[in-house]
Amino acid sequence: MSLAQELHYIGPALALFVGAGVVLFADVLSGRRAPRWGLTLAALAVALAWTFVLAMDGDARGEALSGAVRVDAFSIYFAFLLVGVTLAVVLCAKRWADSIEQGAEFYGLLLISAASMVLLAQGNDLITIFVALETTSIAQFIMAGLARTDRSAEAGLKYLLTGSVAAAVLLYGFAFLFGMAGSTSLPVVAEYVASAPESGRLPLLLAFVFIIGGFGYKMALAPFHAWVPDVYQGAPSIVGSFLSVASKAAGFAVALRVFYTGLGGGDSFMAEDWAIFVAVIAGLSMIFGNTGALLQTNAKRLLGYSSVAQAGNVAVGFAAVAAGSTIGPSGVLFFLGTYAVTNLGAFIAVHVVAERLGTEEIADYAGLSRRSPALAAVLSLCLISLTGIPPTAGFIAKVYIFNAAVQTGHDWLVVLVAVAVVNTAISAFYYLRWVRTMWMDDPVEETRFQPAGAVQVVLLLSGFGVLLFGVWPGPLINAARSAAETLSIL
Amino acid sequence: MLTTFLLLPLAGAIMAIFLPAERERDARWVALFFTLLAFIVSVIIFVRFDTAAEGYQFVESFEWIAAGEAGFSIQYLVGVDGLSAPMVLLLGLLSLVGVLISWNIDLKPKQYFAWLLFLETAVAGVFISLDLIQFFLFWELELLPMFMLISQWGSGRRLYSATKFLLYTLAGSAFMLLGFLLLGFSAGTFNMAELAASPVTDAIVPMAIVFWAITLAFLVKLPVVPVHTWLPDAHTDAPTAVSVMLAGVLLKMGGYGLLRISLSLMPEQAQEFKVILAGIAGFSVLWGAVITLRQTDLKRLVAYSSVSHMGYVLLGAAAMTDVGLSGAALQMFTHGTITGLLFVMVGAIYDRTHTREIAKMSGLMHQMPLIGIVFVIAGLASLGLPSMSGFVAELTTFLGALQAHPAATIAAIFGVVLSAGYILWTVQRIFHGPRAPEWEHLEDARNWPELVAMGVLVISIMAVGIYPSILTNAVESGIAPIAAIVGAVA
Repeated sequence: MSLAQELHYIGPALALFVGAGVVLFADVLSGRRAPRWGLTLAALAVALAWTFVLAMDGDARGEALSGAVRVDAFSIYFAFLLVGVTLAVVLCAKRWADSIEQGAEFYGLLLISAASMVLLAQGNDLITIFVALETTSIAQFIMAGLARTDRSAEAGLKYLLTGSVAAAVLLYGFAFLFGMAGSTSLPVVAEYVASAPESGRLPLLLAFVFIIGGFGYKMALAPFHAWVPDVYQGAPSIVGSFLSVASKAAGFAVALRVFYTGLGGGDSFMAEDWAIFVAVIAGLSMIFGNTGALLQTNAKRLLGYSSVAQAGNVAVGFAAVAAGSTIGPSGVLFFLGTYAVTNLGAFIAVHVVAERLGTEEIADYAGLSRRSPALAAVLSLCLISLTGIPPTAGFIAKVYIFNAAVQTGHDWLVVLVAVAVVNTAISAFYYLRWVRTMWMDDPVEETRFQPAGAVQVVLLLSGFGVLLFGVWPGPLINAARSAAETLSIL
Repeated sequence: MLTTFLLLPLAGAIMAIFLPAERERDARWVALFFTLLAFIVSVIIFVRFDTAAEGYQFVESFEWIAAGEAGFSIQYLVGVDGLSAPMVLLLGLLSLVGVLISWNIDLKPKQYFAWLLFLETAVAGVFISLDLIQFFLFWELELLPMFMLISQWGSGRRLYSATKFLLYTLAGSAFMLLGFLLLGFSAGTFNMAELAASPVTDAIVPMAIVFWAITLAFLVKLPVVPVHTWLPDAHTDAPTAVSVMLAGVLLKMGGYGLLRISLSLMPEQAQEFKVILAGIAGFSVLWGAVITLRQTDLKRLVAYSSVSHMGYVLLGAAAMTDVGLSGAALQMFTHGTITGLLFVMVGAIYDRTHTREIAKMSGLMHQMPLIGIVFVIAGLASLGLPSMSGFVAELTTFLGALQAHPAATIAAIFGVVLSAGYILWTVQRIFHGPRAPEWEHLEDARNWPELVAMGVLVISIMAVGIYPSILTNAVESGIAPIAAIVGAVA
């Protein structure tokens, strides 16, 4: 394979890495006067365009860099999702980034983190995956602490400490796989698992538990979720939006990748053991997340708990995948796609309110519909979608995932879906209470405000997407389906 | 045709919301125009409905989410039979009435009428959907407008009532989804006609669980004692038009689902549990009537009488015979018009007296003879006086149920005695008695929207009472296949 071709394969990540370098150096060389926002946007635009070229170029499928990365419909799906989310975050970040001293560093770190996530979804080798995961995490630790308030610093440190433990656990799991298969390459590991002797059952189970533990921290699954509310609340809200959407999506992407390409997916002889483990985690996440969210008064903290609960929903799909559901993988991908649009909208709305009104308390959202109708409408749509009420994308996504779980024909997955539907009803309480506050309560002041132009575009796109994928989900389902198909093809 | 009926109100809602602010009071004309059109369409559907033909008519369908090879598809599939055609007519009629009696709404009229029209679309979807997932979608869709209408335009503890309504329905419907998924995957289709043709006998979990998971949602909606407590609160605090819609068509969703889904798709379980259902029905009728007797608030009184009267629907359904089921279906239609009219009258009285305390009113017949007479007509129809539609429905129900469930039927017949008691007693307390000086200023109904609303409802009640065939022919053609299905497994 020629060098040009190899570069072509990793193009989107490369563009982001180079962009990060350019932003950081230009800032230093110009005495902090370079157009950092513009440069960041340019890097993202290049990455997005490159992903598009990859998607169109039907020949660009397969392994590159000596098998370290893999380009397929799956990695392209996530590249779109991750670059898109990063672009939206950057569009909304200008005001905040201009207000802090380390604006350029923020953009640089954001690009590095995004680049590593794109690589993560492409990972075809345990080492690549680990390095990419650490790179994205370290960038995020710093971003979480950027605001230099006590809370922000605490968030950064907490995130770092739990992240380090998770990394160690993950590495331990990888070591098991390497020890048994004698290689870090996922296809080689898969070969071993496919022909593993019965005595390999225990180490494989341990490896799986450790790996899910390690990734579970990224995905915000209980019981690896303790950092989530604190970090979401403490970190700058724009960073929180990035964490809650991109980081979680990347976590699920890599978990799916390792599970399918490395462990043989639902066909493996271990699949049912793994599935039960994931099902327990899914149930715990939904219960902890929703009960935790019930009493929250801080918008970001509530979104933190809600993010844990939503991760539990995705994990229901993951458990279905492990139990051999044929529509499970596309269900997870579809859910993550719609969740990205939805949660991004919600978090950006919270960010705008925090910036303009200087408050994160839900009580202060009273009468938002009168002060900024479009903002309130988008936030309401997103919250309704998170609840899973039609005609929003969240409804289709939930039905899709629950469908996948019931399809497998395991009665314990039916029990899990029962837990999930009860949790849906619980979640309606806190999501809709928030909606009610915005539309029903009287505002403290009547002054109207509007988000900046770029932020408005992001918010409207997000609200539009929530409705579009709710009414006409076909295209996204097809994309998710074709991405999921490539997962199991080696 | 059916799609037109479904989309007309939605088009009206969109148009109303985009009216310029200075012309917001014209929203009522928009709403009137579109509900009138929808009503005309519903009349055309009902008149052109061929009672001799078998199966669903006016069927329209397209693949909403394509199946692919995974076997997960959602169809857009609509059609009516003799059971749903009267419901469509009822919905068209009561929506029109709802707009007419909201004529003087001042508070945010654009949003109010938009939500009211949206509600009509959502409920229409429930009555005409022939795909389980699509049915569920519309079932959930109805929550949003109801929540908004009660919590924004209601009175008293409107937030509490709206939330209670929402949580009860959500909790019920959460399990309904699970039940639908189990049914769908056991049969490999979500198409109701196909499911009815060959009922599922074996699912992943015992069929009894599936039956109750689904039926519970319908019982909550109907509602029956002891899951009825949301209803009086919602009614009391809702604006008049919403009460009319709630009592008139929303409760029918429960009865309709019972006949269309619980009985038709799971006949074996329905037969197995019919004694329990009949017991609940008898208890609901009696308990509802006793509680009604004790009400001091006029609107609450009518609300509780609904609990009692909807018990007849369940009783007729539990009989599982041709006659009993016809009685249930007739009762749904007649209760819709009668209670709809009662709520219109309660609203008319409240608009003038600004109180709903029965004890404070006296001798109103002197000031408002027309309102008084129409109230008496509605009351007599409600207690089942011959020549009114209530008589036809109740008699059919009792005839059908007596043999199967003698105890419950006798209890229910005693309920009629009680309802005669509370209706006549109420009429006597409000309209007769000494002429009260504080009510001298009251004016009778004069403005045309109110008169038209009262007129069409009185006509429909009398018409069905005097010449029941206009309704019974259609109903019997719809009931026959359902009775055949449940009869086959008896």
